[in-house]
Amino acid sequence: MSILLEANNISKNFADFQALSDVSIQVPKRSIFGLLGPNGAGKTTLIRIINQITMPDAGQVILDGEPLTPEHVQYIGYLPEERGLYKSMKVGEQALYLAQLKGLSYAQAKKRLNYWFEKFEIAHWWEKKIQELSKGMAQKIQFIVTVLHQPKLLIFDEPFSGFDPINANIIKDEILYLRDEGATVIFSTHRMESVEELCDHIALIHQSKKILEGKLNDIKRTHKTNTFEVGLSANDLVQLKSEIASRFKFSKADFRSLEDDLKLNIQLGAKDTPRDLLAFLNENAQINHFVEVIPNANDIFIQTVNNN
Amino acid sequence: MNHLPLIIKREFFAKVKNKSFIIMTFLSPIIIVGVLSLIAYLTSVNNDKVRTVSVLDPSDLLQKVLVSTDYTIYQNLEDMDLEDAKQLSSSNGSYGLLHVPNVELDKVSDQIKFYSKESPSLSFISSLESKIEKHLGELKLIQYGVDLSKIEAAKTYVDVNQESFEGVKTSKAGSFLKLLFGAVAGYLLFIFIIVYGNSIMRSVIEEKTSRIIEVIISSVKPIQLMLGKIFGTSLAGITQFAMWVVLCFVLSLVASFVFGVDLSAAQTSHQAEVVEAMSNPQVNSDFQELILEFHSLPMWNLVIAFVLFFIGGYLLYSSLYAAIGAAVDNETDTQQFMLPVIMPLMLAVYIGAFTVVEDPHGSISTLFSYIPFTSPVVMLMRIPFGVPLWEQILSLLILVLSFVITVWIAAKIYRVGILMHGKKPTYKELLKWLKY
Repeated sequence: MSILLEANNISKNFADFQALSDVSIQVPKRSIFGLLGPNGAGKTTLIRIINQITMPDAGQVILDGEPLTPEHVQYIGYLPEERGLYKSMKVGEQALYLAQLKGLSYAQAKKRLNYWFEKFEIAHWWEKKIQELSKGMAQKIQFIVTVLHQPKLLIFDEPFSGFDPINANIIKDEILYLRDEGATVIFSTHRMESVEELCDHIALIHQSKKILEGKLNDIKRTHKTNTFEVGLSANDLVQLKSEIASRFKFSKADFRSLEDDLKLNIQLGAKDTPRDLLAFLNENAQINHFVEVIPNANDIFIQTVNNN
Repeated sequence: MNHLPLIIKREFFAKVKNKSFIIMTFLSPIIIVGVLSLIAYLTSVNNDKVRTVSVLDPSDLLQKVLVSTDYTIYQNLEDMDLEDAKQLSSSNGSYGLLHVPNVELDKVSDQIKFYSKESPSLSFISSLESKIEKHLGELKLIQYGVDLSKIEAAKTYVDVNQESFEGVKTSKAGSFLKLLFGAVAGYLLFIFIIVYGNSIMRSVIEEKTSRIIEVIISSVKPIQLMLGKIFGTSLAGITQFAMWVVLCFVLSLVASFVFGVDLSAAQTSHQAEVVEAMSNPQVNSDFQELILEFHSLPMWNLVIAFVLFFIGGYLLYSSLYAAIGAAVDNETDTQQFMLPVIMPLMLAVYIGAFTVVEDPHGSISTLFSYIPFTSPVVMLMRIPFGVPLWEQILSLLILVLSFVITVWIAAKIYRVGILMHGKKPTYKELLKWLKY
């Protein structure tokens, strides 16, 4: 697995406030990389450093094997969290201007814009001014100008804010499509459900330090507590409960079921396997429900942040 | 990648296509020419009115002086007492009645009276007074046995011929012309900086409030964006200025053609007096002298210096305006930062208006023609009086150098400021930004 973007030991101070402290991340090619963290953790500063908007005090960013230079901006597409367009400029003119700033020629930009405007069925917006569009409509234009120059690296900071669910879905599909076409995506958010849906890698930044990084599945594996959610029925539930208590640690579980079950989260001991648990339960009760508890991104996020 | 031309183009067209810009460009000359034409028209209407003045002068003391002109007709009333004369004058619609009582020459000056329905115009009375004064004075001189022709012959007009040690001739008229040039150049720069500097500031604030700024500076360096803004807005400003000059010229031609109004009349309200004055040979030679002086001014030096100092001064100030725009969130917050920018500019204009006029090569004038924030205005006012080339070049070098430094500082504030939202920074914080 090759790496598209490497940030090595990045530190950044603003006067007496430390925004980033020795942060390193590695973003694999063609991945969707979730940059997570609470508000004020330093995500936006890191993203601005990658975009060469802010210079780091220490550390280095490497894009495709080369240290960043101003020429690299044409390989990066950036959709900032604080975004907007010139209100009194016409949509078409504005998109052409921004595309040319990213290094496209006028003709190229025009051709690609036509393609995207057709695709989103918004060709009739071309002569309109931004101030005549709704917020969601303007966001679509903003998305188009971000991806128009076909960058290797796309950086989205809270891309779904401002979109209604339907348009958010369109954008989500486009992000996945761009990844499949070969782009690498860095995706900064604190909305965990979109992380589950999109990201294959994540890094967690908290109080200016990176505290977690890796493949989402690997992280989930290391964070799982070998706990199983079970629903059991037996003649004597009280006795069943004490039998289980003698062998495993458990806590009450809560899920929907048809039967009036005994619902528990049972944690395996150090030497137990799921088969042991299943065999044990099978001997004492009827098993209606048996699922491994896999921590979701939200749990991992909260748990890791709290542990730090 | 150099995107400067692209940014300049956008900034220029964003300005030029703006509705209020277009309206102002075309409306201002129309308003200016319109108001001037109106004034000229009203003045000429006023001047065309013929005044009839009744004169009751039984001794015919002032008969020689009160000669009717196109605008004023003096009507002598014969053999009438004062009351009848008053009645007649008020009923026949004359402008007023001038009464010169038949008394000794020594006493008459206190007893001359002018009766009228409304108070007469100030200019009419003063011209009447000066005529009478002159005549009475001459009569008295004759009474004392003085030969008037000798007095006339003894009149001497002195105009000290001024010449510098290098042999360059100057004159009072020339000094006036120099002052005029300096004042116009300095004032033009002052207005230009304030109007278009503000326009740059607003355009930076607009980028901040519309939140497009981060998108743009992920593609170009902030300093490129800032310079692009300054150059683009300046070009739009120059375009507007040029349009104004051309439109004013064309419109005043049209106005004088259509309405038959002489716009130059707007400048003086007493056409008749001016025409009289122009026939005076003394004034005429002054006028010719003025034209000669105009040709003897160091024209090339003036024009080149004007262009260079104008550009230098404007760019220096506009980078400050850009930095202010970047530091704040909205126009109301700009107040506290505007003062330090406006102050040196005002200072320059005052020094130009008072010190340079008094002593163009004194130490204060010289000092402030080197300080970059005042030098464009002060130097432009000094140059017509003759400033050695090396002084001009030195001042210009200082100006360019400080422009580079100011842009560097402004760019730092700009770079940090454009990403700051929500809080009005203090001067202390601005200093901190320089270190980011």
